[in-house]
Amino acid sequence: MAEINSYTVNFGPQHPAAHGVLRLVLEMEGEVVRRADPHIGLLHRATEKLAETKPYNQSIGYMDRLDYVSMMCNEHAYVLAIEKLLGITPPERAQYIRVMFDEITRILNHLLWIGAHGLDVGAMTVFLYAFKEREELMDCYEAVSGARMHATYYRPGGVYRDLPDTMPKYRSSEFRSEKNLKQMNEDREGNMLDFIEGFCSRFLVTVDEIETLLTDNRIWKQRLVDVAVVSPERALQLGFTGPMLRGSGVEWDLRRKRPYEVYDRMDFDIPVGTNGDCYDRYLIRMEELRQSVKIIRQCVEWLRRHEGPVMIQDHKVAPPSREEMKDDMESLIHHFKLFTEGYCPPEGEVYASIEAPKGEFGAYIVSDGANKPYRLKLRAPGFAHMAAMDELAKGHMLADVVTIMGTLDIVFGEVDR
Amino acid sequence: MAISPERLLERVNAVLGELVAGSVCAYDEAEIEVAPENLYAAMQQLRDAEGLQFEQLLDIAGVDYAAYGQDEWTTDEASNTGFSRGVDGFSTGRLGLTGIYGVQEITSNTARRFAAVYHLLSVTNNLRLRVRCFAADDDMPMLDSVMPIWASANWQEREAFDLYGILFTGHPDLRRILTDYGFVGHPFRKDFPLIGNVEVRYDETKGRVIYEPVSIEPRVLVPRVIRDDNRYADPAAAEEPKNG
Repeated sequence: MAEINSYTVNFGPQHPAAHGVLRLVLEMEGEVVRRADPHIGLLHRATEKLAETKPYNQSIGYMDRLDYVSMMCNEHAYVLAIEKLLGITPPERAQYIRVMFDEITRILNHLLWIGAHGLDVGAMTVFLYAFKEREELMDCYEAVSGARMHATYYRPGGVYRDLPDTMPKYRSSEFRSEKNLKQMNEDREGNMLDFIEGFCSRFLVTVDEIETLLTDNRIWKQRLVDVAVVSPERALQLGFTGPMLRGSGVEWDLRRKRPYEVYDRMDFDIPVGTNGDCYDRYLIRMEELRQSVKIIRQCVEWLRRHEGPVMIQDHKVAPPSREEMKDDMESLIHHFKLFTEGYCPPEGEVYASIEAPKGEFGAYIVSDGANKPYRLKLRAPGFAHMAAMDELAKGHMLADVVTIMGTLDIVFGEVDR
Repeated sequence: MAISPERLLERVNAVLGELVAGSVCAYDEAEIEVAPENLYAAMQQLRDAEGLQFEQLLDIAGVDYAAYGQDEWTTDEASNTGFSRGVDGFSTGRLGLTGIYGVQEITSNTARRFAAVYHLLSVTNNLRLRVRCFAADDDMPMLDSVMPIWASANWQEREAFDLYGILFTGHPDLRRILTDYGFVGHPFRKDFPLIGNVEVRYDETKGRVIYEPVSIEPRVLVPRVIRDDNRYADPAAAEEPKNG
């Protein structure tokens, strides 16, 4: 019988652990990976080219669909770039709302990540815990924008509308007792800020519960500790950002180093790892969940005490209200021009970036003075992380590839754009 | 910690000297341009020089400047065609190859058409810099690969090659990355139509997936407009509050 030394394994694109549509060609030697060649682009939709053919505001919705588990963060980078180009600053209240929703988005993202990562490695329970909490946050998305995921809530000049005074409630059904219903709606009696505050206190318990399931779990540690170790020098070379960079011990967080919006007024800590392995990155993301709750609480506190506009009053950029529009000729003209033609920012090039849950998400806009961007380039953190797949997987076992996929926190919407 | 972009540019000019072909400081961001023959040397110094230390290459953005500043709305004389001039009008790469207007061919070789824009980040010094490099030949744009300097350039250069056709000499594995296997053309070029050239479907008689010329009608919903906005005529004037 001939002895086979090396062979090729085709992993994906239809594999549950491929996190979407990754085709990974693995050259194996026994059960050890010798070379990993990711084939990406199966979800390429040419978002950047589409944006070149649309007025600025019409592309905001496309941003949600890039990294489709941290929707508002993508919008944020794009909107920040436009605001930089136009030279406008959103009102303070809008900035606080943005920071609050950025952190809600971070929790949404990390919950999906821990759920999927756990499931890949074999911990089913975490997935259910995480998705239960995600549901409540998606209700916040829905209450504020009308959509559970693809919100299109951030606009140049602020956010689309103010926080609602009521939260949607569960309705009675034959499958639910009155007592049960009352309990489910308990948090939803007040306004949205009450709901978020209630969520924060409950959520910290959930994070502890998830940690109880995993942190000291023998199997979890066997699968994660010392897998895919990255040195800080290498992490910088490979263009890592976010938790992938912090896991290697580099303290770099744009919220602290280049504060945007009102992050400079927030009190929070940046967790940093020491070993640069999958386990450290897991611990960092878990701690980021707690820090996000801390930031959300500060925003809730501020938003309760301060009323005010959430959109600038420059009708060249932001539409006038319906009442104004129907009452005032000039407002009608502004409304018409804004929705048929959009606005023309000055000529120039800008780059704006934010600390998205996965790392630095940036938008680079080249404007030639037209109502559409001349060129839009999105810097997706996942693209650089995915590119390192070969280096990370080399020398590990086939089963570790799944762990590495999990730790990279890959979403193909943003890798392929 | 972070220094102003003006100070950064002074520092960069001091280190690179002759290698800098031009520098811009706008929107609180620093940008330099380098000639393609100096690209590698300049990048090497930007990474290693004391006080700069750009350890990270965040992104490489290919840009095609062929249609820069073209709009589809402005006319020289009064017209009675109204909105259709913005919809049917003919400018670089907006409609399909099969459409009545076809795609405007770009023949001039300006050496200012394709650029790669490098976004650098220094974690040590908290600095950001943008480096632009125009390829010398529009028909075969070629630049040196910076992969030996930053490992992250690998896929970023592959992307710029795939979408814009910029060739990076010295790159060990310059394959397409985002487009389909066997894709023809470089889709983000301005002379590549938005709707593409081919579409795929499953053919039942042949029992396989086949490629056909596109059948979609290209359409324009909002014409591209450039307004001479006096608010932006002078940067100082833009600061003044608007009346009314």
